Amino acid sequence: MGINQILNYKLVNNFLHIYAIWLREFKVYLRERSRIVGSLFTPLLWLFIVGSGIGSSTTLSIDVNYQKFIFPGIISMSIIFTSVFYGAYIIWDRKFDFLKSVMVAPISRETIFIGKTLGGMTNSMIQVFMLLIIGLFIGIEYSLVSILQIVFVSVILSFLLTALGLGLGSRMHSLEGFQMIVTFVVFPLFFLSGALYPLDNLPDWLLFLTIFDPATYAVDALRNSTLGIATYSFEFDLFLLFCSTVITTLFGILSFRKMRAV
Amino acid sequence: MISIKNLTKKFDSIVAVDNVSLDICEGEVFGLLGQNGAGKTTIIHMLATLIKPTSGTALINGYDIIKNSSKVRKNIGIVFQAPSSDDMLTGFENLKIHSYLYSVPSELRIKRINELLKLVGLYERKDDIVKKYSGGMRRRLEIARGLIHKPKVMFLDEPTLGLDPNSRKSMWDYIQKLVKEEKITIILTTHYMEEADTLCDRIGFINKGKIIAIDTPQQLKLMIKNNNNYDDNNNTDRYIGDTIKLYFKVTEDIDAKYNNISPILTKNIEILKSFKFVKKVIEKKEVGNKNVVLILHVDDINHNLPIILKSIDNVESIEFSQPTLDDVFFTFTQGKIAEEPEGGFMERYAQYKKND
Ligand SMILES: Nc1ncnc2c1ncn2[C@@H]1O[C@H](COP(=O)(O)OP(=O)(O)OP(=O)(O)O)[C@@H](O)[C@H]1O
Ligand SMILES: [Mg+2]
Repeated sequence: MGINQILNYKLVNNFLHIYAIWLREFKVYLRERSRIVGSLFTPLLWLFIVGSGIGSSTTLSIDVNYQKFIFPGIISMSIIFTSVFYGAYIIWDRKFDFLKSVMVAPISRETIFIGKTLGGMTNSMIQVFMLLIIGLFIGIEYSLVSILQIVFVSVILSFLLTALGLGLGSRMHSLEGFQMIVTFVVFPLFFLSGALYPLDNLPDWLLFLTIFDPATYAVDALRNSTLGIATYSFEFDLFLLFCSTVITTLFGILSFRKMRAV
Repeated sequence: MISIKNLTKKFDSIVAVDNVSLDICEGEVFGLLGQNGAGKTTIIHMLATLIKPTSGTALINGYDIIKNSSKVRKNIGIVFQAPSSDDMLTGFENLKIHSYLYSVPSELRIKRINELLKLVGLYERKDDIVKKYSGGMRRRLEIARGLIHKPKVMFLDEPTLGLDPNSRKSMWDYIQKLVKEEKITIILTTHYMEEADTLCDRIGFINKGKIIAIDTPQQLKLMIKNNNNYDDNNNTDRYIGDTIKLYFKVTEDIDAKYNNISPILTKNIEILKSFKFVKKVIEKKEVGNKNVVLILHVDDINHNLPIILKSIDNVESIEFSQPTLDDVFFTFTQGKIAEEPEGGFMERYAQYKKND
């Protein structure tokens, strides 16, 4: 075998391994129908109950109704919850031993990590597509460009957050860890992101905090593409999302390398 | 095939595996036995590269478990103590995903999966999700999964845990077939002594992380027979060895109140005591059953039972027993033996091994 062939062989196999891990996650996702329905229900509650309820008593300085205004925020929320939960779910995976059988296979931890991250990303994206359809009913207008932008931003955000969830989850050893992640990661990510309010008139301390939330830039970019409202430029949002993704991916890979199999 | 050198694992203050050294040949079935918490699973996890040894190492098929773990992984298959197949996938899908993970060539994939499913008797149920399988079916699926890449070495951590006697028996047949046809080397743990006796070429007893004996099942059973020490006491409960129970008819000849031993019984006892291979004769009157019983401790029951039966009269029925691996297990794990400091059983065992 020549060196090219060996490289080729290794590369093909590596994709195959990633595909295998992803396939497992995807099939499990498709079979857990109640999880799909449940995870769609929460964003709908927010969109229709909170959106209509608060919307009827709040007027934004911008000329758009509140329900439409939070729609990009709800897309982000759905991604935040699904991705981080999915990642943190690895605590269960390890409890119930399936992961052990993967970790004893001759594949690298990076491969497992990437496969799982893509799995989480897929789950989130399925939900994003469903929400986009619902968007039509509340009067969101899409163009080809805006659809592509939304998909692109959503893909990045879900990759970023799944990686974060996996990294955190792989360091936890008890199920209480899951609760910690929900309280100290998921909710702050959501509430600080500007999903429910515009960033423009915030008190300084709150604005300061939102800067450190990567979801802020996703919400901003999504609002930019769906409604044409934005605080930062689309490029700037993308740039910060990329940087955050690099950071959480590295964090995730390092955590996976250190993760104990048993 | 497997060469373990000074393998040690400490969990905080617990020494789970304590300086274990051991060589296992190709095609051998090696049993690891010992009480709960003895360190069996920890040894297997280290060999399977899932946890790092605190010190020491092992070679599997020539590859070092620490320095060359990915080569080791290609060469091994494992069935974990706890179930680890994916509930939400079908049996077929479970195997398919693992065939990808182990880079089974695409042209062989489906063929091998179907072969394995037939082998473990799950072909008809291959498209059911594993959630719907029974415990035994899951276990068999995991064995199939461990074999998907034709490993050279297979670790089976309590492979028949929770199986009914039928499934257990077919698992044994299956394991024996594997060894014969695929020349696979197997390390297995079990708490069923009969299983170890049937399957294992050699057995290693582990107590508190240390290997305290390695031998064939036959030798181990022979060895504990030699461990009876008659000088010390007359405590017969602890006797481990070939035993015969002779039940005598209660006739008018025997004193109805058992105050005296009847002439017939006395004569029989005398005859029995004259045999060299009869080490001890114990007399027991079972009042409820209106029987008189003689318990004999003998050497080599297989040869000597016919001789005994020919030479005595009035026996109504007999019972006999030989030490089993269960007795070996008790000897090695219970009571004082494992802790006896010096001159005890372990020393005699060492002596015994030397004379071998
Ligand atoms: N991850 C761990 N952390 C701390 N201690 C551990 C860990 N795993 C095992 N131990 C300890 O190491 C010792 C050996 O455990 P191990 O699981 O190897 O026993 P075993 O022989 O397989 O027992 P069993 O027959 O019950 O399966 C036990 O005292 C156990 O408590
Ligand atoms: Mg165990």
